[in-house]
Amino acid sequence: MKGFANEMADEILAVIETRNLTYMYPGATKPAIEDVSITIERGEFAILTGPSGCGKTTLCRCFNGLIPHFYGGKLEGDVAVADLKVVEHSIYELARHVGLVFQNPENQLFALSVEKDVAFGLENLAVPREDMRKRVDWALQITGIQELSERSPHELSGGQQQRVAIACVLAMQPDVMILDEPTSFLDPAGAQKIFEVINDLNKNLGITIILVEHRLDLASKYANHVIVMDKGKVMLDDEPRRVFTSEKARLIGVGVPKATRLYQILGESGVHLGRVPVTSEEASILLREALKRD
Amino acid sequence: MIEVKDVYFTYPNGVEALRGVSLTIPDGEFMAIMGQNGAGKTTLVKHFNGLLKPARGEVVVDGVNTREVSVAQLARKVGFVFQNPDHQLFCETVEDEVAFALRNFGFEEDAIKSRVTWALNLLDVTQYRQASPFMLSGGERKRVALASVLAWDPKVVILDEPTIGQDHQQKEKLRHFIVQLNAQKKTVIIVTHDVEFVAECSPRVVLMSEGKIVADGGAEEILTNPKLVAQASIVPPQITQIFLGLSDLGLPTNVIDVHEARRILLDLMGVAS
Amino acid sequence: MSVFEGFRFRRVSSVIHRLDPRVKFFYVCILFVMAVMFSELLPLILLFFVPLPFVLVAGVQREWLRSLRGGLFLAVIIFLSNFLFTYFYRQYPKAPSASLLEYSFAMTLRFIVLVESFSIFFLTTSPDHLGLALEQSHVPYEFCFAFTTAVRFVPVLADEAQTIMDAQKARGLELERGNFMKRVRNYIPILIPLIVGAIRRSLELAEAMESRAWGASEKRTNLYVLKMKRADYSLALASVLMLIFAVYIRLFFSVPSLAMLLNV
Repeated sequence: MKGFANEMADEILAVIETRNLTYMYPGATKPAIEDVSITIERGEFAILTGPSGCGKTTLCRCFNGLIPHFYGGKLEGDVAVADLKVVEHSIYELARHVGLVFQNPENQLFALSVEKDVAFGLENLAVPREDMRKRVDWALQITGIQELSERSPHELSGGQQQRVAIACVLAMQPDVMILDEPTSFLDPAGAQKIFEVINDLNKNLGITIILVEHRLDLASKYANHVIVMDKGKVMLDDEPRRVFTSEKARLIGVGVPKATRLYQILGESGVHLGRVPVTSEEASILLREALKRD
Repeated sequence: MIEVKDVYFTYPNGVEALRGVSLTIPDGEFMAIMGQNGAGKTTLVKHFNGLLKPARGEVVVDGVNTREVSVAQLARKVGFVFQNPDHQLFCETVEDEVAFALRNFGFEEDAIKSRVTWALNLLDVTQYRQASPFMLSGGERKRVALASVLAWDPKVVILDEPTIGQDHQQKEKLRHFIVQLNAQKKTVIIVTHDVEFVAECSPRVVLMSEGKIVADGGAEEILTNPKLVAQASIVPPQITQIFLGLSDLGLPTNVIDVHEARRILLDLMGVAS
Repeated sequence: MSVFEGFRFRRVSSVIHRLDPRVKFFYVCILFVMAVMFSELLPLILLFFVPLPFVLVAGVQREWLRSLRGGLFLAVIIFLSNFLFTYFYRQYPKAPSASLLEYSFAMTLRFIVLVESFSIFFLTTSPDHLGLALEQSHVPYEFCFAFTTAVRFVPVLADEAQTIMDAQKARGLELERGNFMKRVRNYIPILIPLIVGAIRRSLELAEAMESRAWGASEKRTNLYVLKMKRADYSLALASVLMLIFAVYIRLFFSVPSLAMLLNV
């Protein structure tokens, strides 16, 4: 049991908190997520991963109010974002604090020019025109797409479209940005750019990031918190290196980075590297030390 | 055998997608066509079943020029599994879905029934035979789409970006399946930008960039060559990157497999593997 | 498809493109009213030439001509139906008179004037400009949004239809063969994935809209605003003057027929 003072400190730090969260879609016989209790602290870069159908997408939708307000269904337990209880606030109220970027780039852009799309959320919030103009330009600049501001979304590549989608959410200046498999349709170069943009938002602007991803080899180097789900439940909730080297992760079938995998199989043969690597650079350094030792 | 002879292709909107591509694919080959989005990979494979006809040059499949026959005739030999299964699924039951192509090709009803059973079994979706394809999950729909293409047992199977949106275990299953297909003497061509997936299968790799082929060879030599990889805007597999970072210590630079990497390192350290 | 090419907006800029869409629409309506006011050939010929300077300044001659060409088929039908019906009803078995010919031409020309005016409007007004005009004309935002979103997804759906056709052709579907009934049925494997895809897409769009505060405020603000400039006021004024002039002519003068003038 934590002391009261510590609990208070946690309260201020936690930007997303769930307690025994269980949710069943309308007409479903089994809950999509069950007894989920997690805390995401302000400024974290968290990765949410797990096999297809584990409930990660459902969980994300609980964070911005799509569940339960848009989808209906039965929600039990608590979920709060930026100290707002999700069940008690409408989606548009929560939109000021949490933004959601979806998997398919094409289906989140509705306007005929990029900057009108980026302004969409601000127009909905009735932000006055001068402020809106400033925020749109700012969001375009941070995501590096100013030259695209008057282009039509259909002319853009998938990677560019996703950066527009991120700018659209960024313009609303949320505390938390959730990205649901944003690089699924992108090639590795496009995916890399997106991760760099997201990382920039996290490290330089302090936006809390929750990234749902399978491609852990590319994304894990930015994260300081990894949550693994399976069959609707949270199986692992820890910092990346501990999660990737755990037996549970192997059993669930998480695709850990190859560098970590190499560390593991070397360990099985009795060769122990100093730390757990998640990137190739870290692995090279550790192997160099290990080889020098001999 | 598929022969591509100096093919040029430009889309109606003016984009020159293929600029002088030549390639020979013998029967039974296992090949990955790689490169970044827009390099011309999908454009190239669409020439193999006649969906696209070259503006200049020619494509010859088993001795037949693709310009002289219809797509349906070529499709009999060359199966194409599209990236998004939802672009194909339209029937009321999975059974009808898998039988669709068989009916188009004029198979007898008995043959259709047994082939459908076989294909559903192969892709582990027999239990959904009478189900509506729209009610299935994403992964199951992908398997139904694959079954519907394999049902007519084409000699060549082309898979366009089969790993998109797949989790680790699904990719593993897919990898085993593809290797199995190839073991059954089918020509398997995958179009992908997933370097780790290709590193684990180790097929023949054809690298494309800006409408041209920039490299053609084994996975080990191509994926570990920093110049080629940079030219095609792809990233080498993590294992390769690790070994490239240790190249000054005399380690081999053509490693793509994690188990091979372990063996080499243990050898170097004098530890029994 | 070439008929539609004559109406599709191209991204080019000219004085005409920059005019306020509401004023352009007002102008086109005035032309419409004037075309309906006159059944005589001479004023309609005049009306036909009125939009021409706009076409030239906007630089859209090629597309505009294509839209006229598209309307040609209907124009011929209108001419024939007017001519034949009136002839057999009124003048048969005498020889057709010059005034009948003139009347039929006039009716045809009226149709063409309508086609050309609306064509110029759509050729010189971008869809987002149009959406903005709708918004500022106090059309409920849901309709404006539906309009611009639909326009935005037309090329996406066209691409998807092509991909679906490719996928089904690769499964042996032959779209060109068979009798009429068979050919219609062959489009089911194209339509169903397209429709299901559209429904899935709408759901994803709805999620994205909600997530970006759709419905947060009673009155939305707008990044852009349409402001009437001098050119817009001039065009509006010119249109009103044209209308007044036309009404004046209609009320106080009898318009001579071309046949009479040519002494036919």
